[in-house]
Amino acid sequence: MSNEPLIFEHSRPGRVNRAQSAHLGGELNGIPESLRRKHPPRLPEVSELDAVRHYTRLSQKNFSIDTHFYPLGSCTMKYNPRACNTLASLPGFLGQHPLSAARDSQGILACLWDLQEMLKEVTGMCAVSLTPMAGAQGEFAGVAMIRAYHDARGDAARTEILVPDAAHGTNPATATMCGYTVREIPTDDQGDVDVAALKAVVGPHTAGIMLTNPSTLGVFERRIHEIAGIVHEAGGLLYYDGANLNAILGKVKPGDMGFDVIHINLHKTFSTPHGGGGPGSGPVGVSERLHPFMPIPVVGRDDNNAFRWLDEHDLPQSIGRLSAHMGNTGILLRAYIYALMLGREGMVRIADYATLNANYLMACLRDAGFDMALPERRATHEFILTLKRQAKEPGVTAMDFAKRLLDYGFHAPTTYFPLIIPECLLIEPTETESKETLDAFVEAMVTIQAEAEKDVETLKGAPYSLPVRRLDDVKAARELDLRWQAEA
Amino acid sequence: MSNTPSELKYTKSHEWVRIEGDGTATVGISDHAQALLGDMVFVELPELGSALEAGEECAVVESVKAASDVYAPLTGEVVAANELLEDAPETVNTDAYNDGWLFRIKLEDETELKELLDAEAYAELVAEEDH
Amino acid sequence: MPFIPHTENDTRAMLAACGVNSIEDLFDEIPPELRADALNGIPAGRDELAVSRLLHARAAQNAQPLCFAGAGAYEHHIPAAVWEITTRGEYYSAYTPYQAEASQGTLQLLYEFQTMVAELTAMEVANASLYDGATALAEAVLMAVRANRKSKARRIFMPRTVHPRYRDVVAAIVRHQGITLELLDYDSAGGHIAPASLPTEPADITALIIPQPNFFGALEDTDALTDWAHAHGALVIGVVNPTAMAVIAPPGEWGTAGADIVCGEGQPLGIPLASGGPYFGFMCCKQKIVRQMPGRIIGATVDLEGKRGYVLTLQAREQHIRRSKATSNICTNQGLMTIAATIYMTLMGPAGLERVARQCHANTRALVQRLSEIDGVEILFDRPAFHETVLCLPRPTAEVLAGLSERGIFGGFDLSADYPELDNTLLVCATETKSAEDLDAYTDALREVLG
Repeated sequence: MSNEPLIFEHSRPGRVNRAQSAHLGGELNGIPESLRRKHPPRLPEVSELDAVRHYTRLSQKNFSIDTHFYPLGSCTMKYNPRACNTLASLPGFLGQHPLSAARDSQGILACLWDLQEMLKEVTGMCAVSLTPMAGAQGEFAGVAMIRAYHDARGDAARTEILVPDAAHGTNPATATMCGYTVREIPTDDQGDVDVAALKAVVGPHTAGIMLTNPSTLGVFERRIHEIAGIVHEAGGLLYYDGANLNAILGKVKPGDMGFDVIHINLHKTFSTPHGGGGPGSGPVGVSERLHPFMPIPVVGRDDNNAFRWLDEHDLPQSIGRLSAHMGNTGILLRAYIYALMLGREGMVRIADYATLNANYLMACLRDAGFDMALPERRATHEFILTLKRQAKEPGVTAMDFAKRLLDYGFHAPTTYFPLIIPECLLIEPTETESKETLDAFVEAMVTIQAEAEKDVETLKGAPYSLPVRRLDDVKAARELDLRWQAEA
Repeated sequence: MSNTPSELKYTKSHEWVRIEGDGTATVGISDHAQALLGDMVFVELPELGSALEAGEECAVVESVKAASDVYAPLTGEVVAANELLEDAPETVNTDAYNDGWLFRIKLEDETELKELLDAEAYAELVAEEDH
Repeated sequence: MPFIPHTENDTRAMLAACGVNSIEDLFDEIPPELRADALNGIPAGRDELAVSRLLHARAAQNAQPLCFAGAGAYEHHIPAAVWEITTRGEYYSAYTPYQAEASQGTLQLLYEFQTMVAELTAMEVANASLYDGATALAEAVLMAVRANRKSKARRIFMPRTVHPRYRDVVAAIVRHQGITLELLDYDSAGGHIAPASLPTEPADITALIIPQPNFFGALEDTDALTDWAHAHGALVIGVVNPTAMAVIAPPGEWGTAGADIVCGEGQPLGIPLASGGPYFGFMCCKQKIVRQMPGRIIGATVDLEGKRGYVLTLQAREQHIRRSKATSNICTNQGLMTIAATIYMTLMGPAGLERVARQCHANTRALVQRLSEIDGVEILFDRPAFHETVLCLPRPTAEVLAGLSERGIFGGFDLSADYPELDNTLLVCATETKSAEDLDAYTDALREVLG
């Protein structure tokens, strides 16, 4: 594929896209010269066709769900139904100003109310706030609520959050943002939290524990009830990271596992677009005791059953606002549309087929001679393959396999996460992929293994067929080049 | 095999210390540590004149894939920092024990020196970690 | 089964490969007492046609009055090509560009985005976006505390002319970091921060926030404020409207040294109002403090054949490597929104964006001129303003807004809840989307309501 220049390199001085602004303009009356801009920003000067062609060409350099199998573990890259985008983009939704009066916003409020109710049902929590704008913000909301709960009780001794060593990096980062110190809990050789180690550290300084179940190791934490009991007994609360809810949707409710607060990644389980890295959406569900601390606004109803926003007057103990308005509304709407199409049976089938696909793919890869990190365990919606053996002999890494998979038309699985498994690939096929696709992926893995055994350089040089070959990360970080510069 | 010069002292957190004999000590990260971290892209050094407590986080060495805290091996005031690393952080990779030094401190309490490991003890520690 | 492709034969074959008899067997590690009952609270599934019918009805329940509200979210024309291209599956359904070689489209686009935002604000570098303007300001405050190593006080000067919701969000996010947010009152005549009102010998200040234009639409004396902050060892955090940047002095050029950190709400750059989101926040800074900047950053590099390419860089600051010591817990940016904004800025170009800004300014002035000819309606502040202005009304604002609403007009934002001293006031805005007839319609309606 040919190199596509930067849009700035397509730019020609004086070229104006008249279709967009020919009849606009006006004087800057009332604005003194000293407050005005002296030189225009060097934005590109191109025709509309230049712009459309350039950004269409750039799009063609991406792998995406719509073009490729994308088994990126812990990211749940499933099909994003087009209807969700089309219907969320109806002019009646897009044109609504966020500060519109509730009486003018009953349509959107009704959708958000329904979504809150559905998420309560699937999580088994007593209330839901939709406002967090991403999983990490949902985590922040959750841990901030745990802190608000202890603070409201005058329990200032609780300064520690417990996090398993396999956890996603956002967990410890979030705990720090909430003013807590982080204590890591080791994982045992079967992938479960080391309960003895947990017992040894839990105590009156424990504010809570952050757990993902199924865990980031792709297995169900079997002793969750025991863990909940230990933490609760010590006066701590349990936070559920909903990253892996796809595996247990409708099968297990986090509320029933004993969790006090949970966030859900709608961009995973509820199939809202990943958009090249966002927007996400991370609603939080709470148990009764954390209800007063929920982030605002939340959709409520007034005496006449009309919908309205609940704010600091309704929830005076709230941890506050996490966005200027009410979060990523348009993403919430997409999740709602998806949930309506699935319905109650469809939701359970997500867990069924996500789990079937993962276990099938794991079985096929194991039969093809690959090593699993936790061979004794069932896969949930994802599983971990380790290339530790291949790294020793013939000497190819997880990164080499990942890059070579790209040549075969497959996006690479998540590499080097969780951090505690050496040379790992975290593979999550999702329920929307067919058996043929999974079979083709296995075939590619087998081919790559054979290539590695024949000549490791085949893998070391990969990818060969993409717009660029392997890129120099070290140069990028040492010689920072973060923007195009006009020539002087 | 990583290189562990015998005239230096070490810490369990992989810093090396050279006693300069004028009441100061020079600090860097060991060859083993630089190899684990990989290609260095940035080094954040302590400010001149800042007072460090032994065991305190005082610098960060950053590669593409990792960022690792450096802990003050000894208590004292920072009297020099290796400005060369601002433009050439890779010196930590190429010459960890000489040009790749990080900072120098004026010692406050010489008895702390006893807490440091000698080369043999540090080499053993590294060998154990490799298993 | 929506979106699940398996035939019965597939399922049978796959179960056999797994060595189990039924899908249920795959869940045998879950303790039976944890298994949930049926999801009776969820309605039965519907097909696309039925869901489409429901959503059309709901969309119709949202009234769509003629909108003269701004207050942080602005109705602008969005060229058709913006979302036609943005919703291409290759952008819409891709994820974070962790595999750089398979994500050059998103990565090059974000590099272009960073360049455009840096150009607009006249700053050296930008990141690849944050959640929204309010959270971007919260992150800017946290960044200033990290970047200003000389300041030990963790004290931030926050004008009351900053968007009230932004102030709420900053308070909620930085609450547990030992940071003091000190509110600065505004000049009652100008509606801006009078530089003369600032302390002459202040104690240690970490940063001063400067909104431009401010929440009232008034233009702050950015040069004097910036120089004052720098003279007292404080960093300057600019919070700016991107449309305004086409005509108003950009933060990189404020005072002698320019702002240190700049953030703002990106919604005006091609993002629909959509009840408040998704939008995106942008953030820029001086190059020398870039390692303290949160969020994703794209850098240019070369591949092993020397060909130009783009990667995520400075990742060691981020949570997936640095964990509890990361600059922020942020994991996502607002990727899709930055794609739209990049295409918007490209389609408008410097000339188009300036024309939009000028038209917004002219429309708001024309509107305010007409409305203030009505008896009892007055312009509150005498400071120069850009594209938004505060009016005083002869009657309680809520009443007036309700009357306007009955006439199909969303008349603006009622300031009284956030500024108790400003009862009977209204913040109005007329963007380039408003025609002369629209301005007349508002004027006539207000005359009737007040009549």
